[in-house]
Amino acid sequence: MLTTIRDLFRFSLSFRFGSLILLFVAALVITSFFAPYPPEKRRVVPRKFRGDPPSAQYLLGTTALGQDVFWMLAAGVKNTLIIASIAVFIGRGIGVILGMISGYLGGTADRVIQSIVESVIVIPRLPLLILIAVILKGGLTFVSLGILIGILDWAFPSKRYRAQVLSLRERDFTHTAVFSGMNTVKIVVQEHLPFIIPFMLADVVSGFLFSIGIEVTLSYLGLNDLNSLSLGTMIYWANEWSSIFAGKPWVMIAPVTASIIMVVGFYLVSIGISEYLDPRKRLARITNVATMIAATSSSYGSAEVAGRMTDEFASPAAPSSDDPRKSKDE
Amino acid sequence: MGGMQLLRTYILPRIAQWAVVIFVGVTLTFLIPRFSPINPIDDMISRMTAFQTIDPEAVVRMRANMEDLYGLGGTLLEQYLAFWKRLLQGDLGPSFQNFPTPVAEIIGAGIPWTVGLLTTATILSWLLGIFVGSLVGYNQHRRWAQALERVVIVIYPMPYLIIALVLLVVFAFYWPLFPMVGGAQGTPALTWDYISSIFRFGFLPALSIVIGGFAFRFIIAKALATTEISSDYVQYAELAAVPKRRIVTSYVIRNTMLPHVNDLALSLGAMFEGALITEVMFGYPGVGSKLFTAISVSDYNVIMGITLLSIVGIATGSLIVDLLYPVFDPRVRLR
Repeated sequence: MLTTIRDLFRFSLSFRFGSLILLFVAALVITSFFAPYPPEKRRVVPRKFRGDPPSAQYLLGTTALGQDVFWMLAAGVKNTLIIASIAVFIGRGIGVILGMISGYLGGTADRVIQSIVESVIVIPRLPLLILIAVILKGGLTFVSLGILIGILDWAFPSKRYRAQVLSLRERDFTHTAVFSGMNTVKIVVQEHLPFIIPFMLADVVSGFLFSIGIEVTLSYLGLNDLNSLSLGTMIYWANEWSSIFAGKPWVMIAPVTASIIMVVGFYLVSIGISEYLDPRKRLARITNVATMIAATSSSYGSAEVAGRMTDEFASPAAPSSDDPRKSKDE
Repeated sequence: MGGMQLLRTYILPRIAQWAVVIFVGVTLTFLIPRFSPINPIDDMISRMTAFQTIDPEAVVRMRANMEDLYGLGGTLLEQYLAFWKRLLQGDLGPSFQNFPTPVAEIIGAGIPWTVGLLTTATILSWLLGIFVGSLVGYNQHRRWAQALERVVIVIYPMPYLIIALVLLVVFAFYWPLFPMVGGAQGTPALTWDYISSIFRFGFLPALSIVIGGFAFRFIIAKALATTEISSDYVQYAELAAVPKRRIVTSYVIRNTMLPHVNDLALSLGAMFEGALITEVMFGYPGVGSKLFTAISVSDYNVIMGITLLSIVGIATGSLIVDLLYPVFDPRVRLR
């Protein structure tokens, strides 16, 4: 794991940039615990500073209601990340379990699960989310919003994990393991998990992208706990108090910019990981940098790396296995 | 593989799957609104009795009448069966909110706006994304290609809402080139004023969809093109000094067309979901904004009508793709 991250840092520009951004975000989240006053509280800024543009004392400006935008943003970023983490944990959890069951068991179980997945995929997710959010409105908390987003975001991930398992099952090294009498559990844990875990990592990161987007969208429509801070609710209130029209754009700019920076950070990290997973890119690196071979063979077996490469080379790559329908809400 | 066998082993099971998917989807959309704690009939009766006292017996009878009218009477199973019966006759029932306007009429009013906007924007972003993406994939070591890719990498992960919000603030408020809300200006007629206003009002919503869709398709097209250029026939074409433009269009793009066609059919199928956020943000009078209003006032029939339309749209889109696959791709035929 550590070597993987070290390699990523060394060879992937986007991973380096992305993790720098995420480190910065993490720092902001940690700062939020040291806020001098509850950030959602109004009238904490002295009257003469209310509604001021960014200054040395108030880094991101203040609202007309007497809130400090910087501390609001720090708390908002934290809460948005909490919602996204819950959603990702639940969505990917269901996705991994179903995908692996479907892929390994095959047969009837696979067919039943796949037909359920297919039916869930065609149900328009965003209207459904809005519908449930409206029904729960008032009772919505961060936790329930996170759960809600997670429950509706497992179908595509489960398909991807299934595809991953199916392709692993057909690899030569699996056949070798089976013929040499290795038991199934051992094959799954020792041979397949090392491939699935990095894949999962990239998938989890893109899950964050989706969940942050949905949180911002639902909150903008007023479907979140509007009394607490998140990036989405900040945008909602900035819009509700028409900060742009009132000539106080910094109230809107802060959460909008923060959400852009955050998703770009997550995306860059996920690009870095997928590039790392992509054998074609890796081959290019190996031919350039001889040391890479040693580095990779310590995290995977070198024979497996070689097998992986030839396998992937033979099969036509389809980046569109990420179904285009996903784009609608992401 | 013979035609009959293809029909039996591929086409018929696929059509059966389509039917199952629609059945499950319809059932779910029937059930979910009924778990809502807001009862539209209670809502309406309380609105009626707010300003006058009505004989309780009349209220009971009124409730029975309304339940009958809205298909909310009887047990859940009876409602469900009645729902299917009406559905198969093409009757979506009346709207709760704008009684007695039929749901079909409400949806029908939104469809031209949504279809017009989304078809244009989707096809534009599709063409642009494939062309630019393949070009960048083919020239990936050039400076301009790398610069362009960096720009797209920043745009792609942005939540769509943010793109729309930024466009709205910049081009409708700070630099008011375009109107903020609405679909058109004036009375509908075949006049220059009315038609040009459709374009003026539709520009920003369309632009926001084109930007988002372009970034997504650019990334797919670039990835596909990158794998394609290392193939033997492209390298042969390069050695044979085939003009670069022809390599990109008739070699790279042509051979990566299959996933793109797939994507286009699915996107167009998903159209009736309405570009919900787009329409809400820009106050555009399409299906999406109608759905949003219906959801916030629990107008079941309208919600179900639109959800149904979009389920049928998406399921049919992917059915068409799967049925066309054997035509385009000989590998599917042989399997």
